[in-house]
Formats: sequence, structure tokens, C-alpha cells
Amino acid sequence: MSGGVDSAVAAARAHEAGHDVTGVHLALARNPQTFRTGARGCCTLEDSRDARRAADVIGIPFYVWDMADQFHDSVVDDFVAEYAAGRTPNPCLRCNEKIKFTAVLDRAVALGFDAVVTGHHARLGADGRLRRSVDNGKDQSYVLAVLTRAQLDRAVFPLGDSTKAQVREEAAVRGLAVADKPDSHDICFIADGDTKGFLAKRLGATPGDVVDARTGERVGTHEGAYAYTVGQRKGLDLRVPAADGRPRYVLSITPKTNTVTVGPREDLLVDEVTASKAIWHGAATPIECDVQLRAHGEVVPAVVTVEGGTLRARLLTPARGVAAGQAIVAYQRDAAGGDAVLGSATITAAARTSVAPEAARA
Amino acid sequence: MLPEALDAYVAAAREVGNPSSLHASGRHARRVVEEARERVAAALGCRPSEVVFTGGGTESDNLAVKGIFWARKSTSLSRTGVVVSAVEHHAVLEAADWLGKHEGAQVTTLPVNAAGKVDPARLGAVLEAYGEEIGVVSVQWANNEVGTVQPIAELAALANRYGVPFHTDAVQAAGQVPVDFAASGVAALTVTGHKLGGPIGVGALLLGRDVAATPLLHGGGHERDVRSGTVDTPGVAAFAVAVEITIKTQQEYAARVAALRDDLVKRVLSVVPDALYNGDPVDRLPGNAHFSFPGCEGDALLMLLDANGVGSSTGSACSAGIAQPSHVLLAMGADDDRARSSLRFTLGHTSTAADVDALIDALPAAVERSRRATAWKTPR
Ligand SMILES: Cc1ncc(COP(=O)(O)O)c(C=O)c1O
Repeated sequence: MSGGVDSAVAAARAHEAGHDVTGVHLALARNPQTFRTGARGCCTLEDSRDARRAADVIGIPFYVWDMADQFHDSVVDDFVAEYAAGRTPNPCLRCNEKIKFTAVLDRAVALGFDAVVTGHHARLGADGRLRRSVDNGKDQSYVLAVLTRAQLDRAVFPLGDSTKAQVREEAAVRGLAVADKPDSHDICFIADGDTKGFLAKRLGATPGDVVDARTGERVGTHEGAYAYTVGQRKGLDLRVPAADGRPRYVLSITPKTNTVTVGPREDLLVDEVTASKAIWHGAATPIECDVQLRAHGEVVPAVVTVEGGTLRARLLTPARGVAAGQAIVAYQRDAAGGDAVLGSATITAAARTSVAPEAARA
Repeated sequence: MLPEALDAYVAAAREVGNPSSLHASGRHARRVVEEARERVAAALGCRPSEVVFTGGGTESDNLAVKGIFWARKSTSLSRTGVVVSAVEHHAVLEAADWLGKHEGAQVTTLPVNAAGKVDPARLGAVLEAYGEEIGVVSVQWANNEVGTVQPIAELAALANRYGVPFHTDAVQAAGQVPVDFAASGVAALTVTGHKLGGPIGVGALLLGRDVAATPLLHGGGHERDVRSGTVDTPGVAAFAVAVEITIKTQQEYAARVAALRDDLVKRVLSVVPDALYNGDPVDRLPGNAHFSFPGCEGDALLMLLDANGVGSSTGSACSAGIAQPSHVLLAMGADDDRARSSLRFTLGHTSTAADVDALIDALPAAVERSRRATAWKTPR
């Protein structure tokens, strides 16, 4: 129970469904006092109190589990290391994978619990398949797709059939004071939302060049390649304008040479994605399906092949801003039951194999 | 709350009247307060004028430690020493720590042995070395976690020999073991209502007539000029009734509860043979049983036992609710793991043999599960 509205309603529903439910709040900050930032994020003192208050209203026991060390090792350090390696991590996904459905689940099972209930917006139906929430805007299946079959078998997501608005309404009806607490969007361990500053403090300044992909020319400098993400346009501060005067975007980051490569928007387009550490739920491949390449990103049709731990996707419509380190999640379209997750993997490379019409024009 | 205390509370709360007013209803309220003061004094062996009503144990501890320190420092600027034991309640430890950080106090912490006891010779040595410079000594009568009872009369006599005021937090001791202010020789003594069958948020500092204390709360000077604020008439009336009854029945209560506790200890050690019994086996609160369960986490055990209807306690939690290794166990020489593996069972007025049976039924499975939960964590 994070102290937010979703986990509170999820707990209430599980309790009402007759399960023997115990509320658990995860203390994730090594020093909670330093995270006193109000109703944002998931590791503040206020959130811990809100969670306890909700558990009291529901009438279930409540405990705080100290997972600060595990969280630091598996999520925060991983976040920093991934940026240092030129990749763009998704810490919420990592937290689901390593904390909520490993550290918490393992401990819970050892203590005699059967499952972990969370307030994620995703469906896990009778067929055991992970599907998108009915609320497409709030769907979190992308950050859950990393879960293995065994983990999903011990997961319960009671909110998947409701929209966020319905969840808020229900919280109000149930007398849960968190009903109109604002959603948390930021990375919970970066209290002020300044990711660049957070990374700079940990990785230090490592000045390098910004290079134009087409001309090979040095067009600017940077203080640390980790501050850039593929697809980024703002904040590049380039001193040499492009020949055609059009805006340039980050195309790639090369940690080895500490170089940020930029180019025109059309050069961001890729149609082949390679990904590692695949979790695949058994569908025969190659398979034509939809893939999602970042959180809240659009989906594109693709042909996906999985071999061993490697997933390859040939995108039938080229996509932009595909960053290494993000997840690729494959969905089987199902308008009635909700698109079902076929599997996921971590993007390692993306390339352009065909000349896109836009590029041909340029 | 004891039913008699509750009745006294309700009766006093029905009456209007401010004990500081001069009119008839004020006089009546004042009479209730002064009778309460006399009852508390009679039960705890002090003079009525030595009873300072407060808002509970935390306030009494703060008033004693800070108030006596300030008053003594105002008579001699070099008198900046504060001596406390390592196993004090946070109300004393944090007060002393604050004086160290903000008021230039030199805080000396008296160590304890493996059973949680202060060695009088250690206090003697500190007094011999710095007696003149010590403002106040504070050593609890009994510990709230492991139940160890300190040799208070002996410690107080030492402090008196050097002319240093000695305060004791008797929150846990009063009503459990014999507590007599005058006979103990202490200069100040803390008690609180909710440990005695009285209300929460009402307590007293027994403060020797000749012991000066600077107030924490300035105002109308209602309580002997060391504590301001209109006295909570119903609260102190109920508190006094509770103190009186609890002290009167202490001996009989202690004998019954200690027998039950001894049975609990014997049976816990037989169903979990590697459990370690913490605290002093003899000089100990009658209702206290405290163990370390190697390989377990106290908070996991607590949760599993609670699910079986058995209440227990670990040390303290920080403001975010994260279990902390107990400073008491650490001071007794336990390492972090042992401190975190500890759990306290408290028996009281309503405890029965059936409660002990319920614990013994639930404990082995809880210990086993808790050990499994710890095991996965170790390799991480
Ligand atoms: C030894 C000891 N001292 C002080 C206190 C604080 O008393 P209160 O809760 O009345 O402020 C307690 C509380 O239980 C205690 O156990």
C-alpha cells in the first residue's frame, strides 16, 4: 500500500472478496526524513501514514516492510548504471520485477501468504493472461510485462476492470481519505523531479561532444551523455545550426566515446528492434502482433520472433525514439477482453533496414 | 482504564469548574485536584506538595531532565554534566541528547551489562570524577523492553552523597514492583496514567521539595511554578484513583502475573529451544517476558502471531513505521541481528493461562515461517 488511492481500493476489494488481507507499505528510502516531499512519489512519511490510515479504515492489519537496501541495489543503482551505459531505464518496471514481485513476493510466500495484491491498472483474468486495463490511459501492463508466469500466478490486480475515475469514486464511497490524492508521475526516489541533477550528482560531469550524424561535424558539447535520451529535442544547446535549419534530435548515445549523436527527425525512424532477456508466454513465433516500445508510447504492428532469450521485431510501421534499455512489449489484439501480453524483452538495439519515404524525400 | 478510574473521570467531567478560579465551582474543582494530589502522594510515598501533575511520562521525563539541568546550571555555569543510562526510554535519551546539542550539556551514558543492569560502581566513578559538574542523573527504575529493574536506592544514595539530583523514570515500575519515593532517596520520579489503569495523557513528576526545576511551559505557574496550564481535573481525579488501587494491589498482582510469566518462559524455551531469554532473570518486571529468536525477524513474528490473535511487541519504529533494532538490546551487547530477532510478551491484569496456551500453540509455526522469510533475504 503506497499511500495512494489505487492500492487502497485494491486492498479493500481483495478484503471484501473474502481474502485474508494484510496491508504492507514498502519503506524504500534509506532515510525517509530526506524524502519529506508531500503527496508525491512513494516513499514519504506522509505516504506511509496515508497507507496506515487506509488500512485502518478497511480494517486490515498493516505493516511497514523495510526494503530500502534491496530497492537501492536493484532499482536506484541499476537506474544510474543504465544511464551511465547509455541506456534509458524504466525504474517502475524494475521495481515491479525485483521488488514487488521478487523481494516482497518471496518474503510473503515464506511467511505463508498466497499472493501479492497491487493497485496496478491491468487485468489478470481467469485464463491467467496479463491484459491491458479497461482504462487505456492508465494501463500499466507495460511495466508488468516483465513478470514471469510464476510471478503472475501469485499476483492479483483487482483494479483492471475499472477506470481510474471509478477507482477514485469508490475510494470516496469507502471513506478512504486518499480518494483525491494526486497521481504520482515522477520517479519516487528523485524527490524534486530533477533527473539530470540526480544523475549528475552520482556520475559527475563528463564533458563530451555532440556530433551531427549526417556531417560527422562537432556541433556542440555536453556535460554528461547520461543526461540525454534518444528522441530528445529540447535542451541540446547546439551552437552550429543544421544546414537546412531544421531541429535536430538525439539519435544515439555512445558511452565508449562519450558522444551524443544528433540528426533530423526522420533519422529517428527504425523498423527493426532487437531485445534481450525475453519473457515469452508461449505463443508460436514469428507472430504478427502489436508492440509497445516505451511507457505510454503508441503501439505499432510488427512481426515478432523469439529465439532463446532474444526477441526480434520487424516493425510494419517504422517507430521513432526507440531507446536501448526500454522494454518492448508484444500484445495480441483483443478488443473484448483487453489486449493480452504475449511477452516482453529489454531493447538492446534498433535499426533502419528500409528507406522510409520521409527519408527519401529529405 | 480501571472501572473505578473511569467512574471518577466521568463524575469529575460532569462538574464544571476551573480549579484555578475562586468562585464556588472553582473551589470544588480545586478540592478534587488537591484530593487527587494527596491520594497520589500517599500511594507513592511523597508529600502532596511534591506531586506535579503533567501531561504524562514524556513530559515528566523532559521536565526532570531539562528542568533540573537548567536550574542547576543557573546556579553554577560549569555544571553542564548530564548522566543517563544507555537503556533509558526515548523521553529521557532524546531530552539528554537535545541538551547536548543545544544547551552545551556534556552527556555521559552509563553502560549496562548483558542483563541490562547499570553497575553502581560505574556511576560512582563518574560522580567521583565529575560530581561537581553534574546537573542531573537519570536512571530508569525498570526497563520498558526487557523489564530489568535497576538498583535504584543504591544508585540514588550514591548521587546524594555527591549532592547531585537523581531522577528515575518509574513509568514501568509503579504498580509492578514496590515504589516508594521517600524510601528510594530519589530527587524526582516519573509516573504516567496509562501504565497504571488510568487515563492516557495524564501523569506526574514527583519532585522533592528542595529540588529546583526550571519550567518547560511558562504561564500561570499552576503547578508549583514549574508547570503551567489549567490542571485537567477529571484526568487527575481518575489518575489518582488508578494509582491508589494499582499500588494497593501490587503485591498480589505481581505474584500472580510472575507465576504466569514463569510458566510462559518455561514453555517458550521448550517449544523453541534455541530462543534466548533476555533481561535479568530475577530483578525483573513480573509481567515481562522478552526473547530473541535466532534467525527470525521480530516484526515478521509479530505479524504472524497477531494473525493468530497473540499480541506482542518489538522495539520501536521510526516515524515512517520501519522497525529499528532496539537500542536497549544493542546496549546489552546484542548484535544487530539478535536485536532485530527480539520480541516481548507482556502479561497484565487481564492475562490468563489460556493466553499463554494460545501463544505456545502459535509460536512454533510462526518461528519456522519467519525463519524461512529471513533465509531468502540473506544471499540477496
Ligand atoms: C519507561 C517509559 N517512560 C516514558 C514513557 C512515556 O510516557 P507517556 O506515554 O505517558 O508520555 C513510557 C511510555 O510508555 C515508558 O514506557
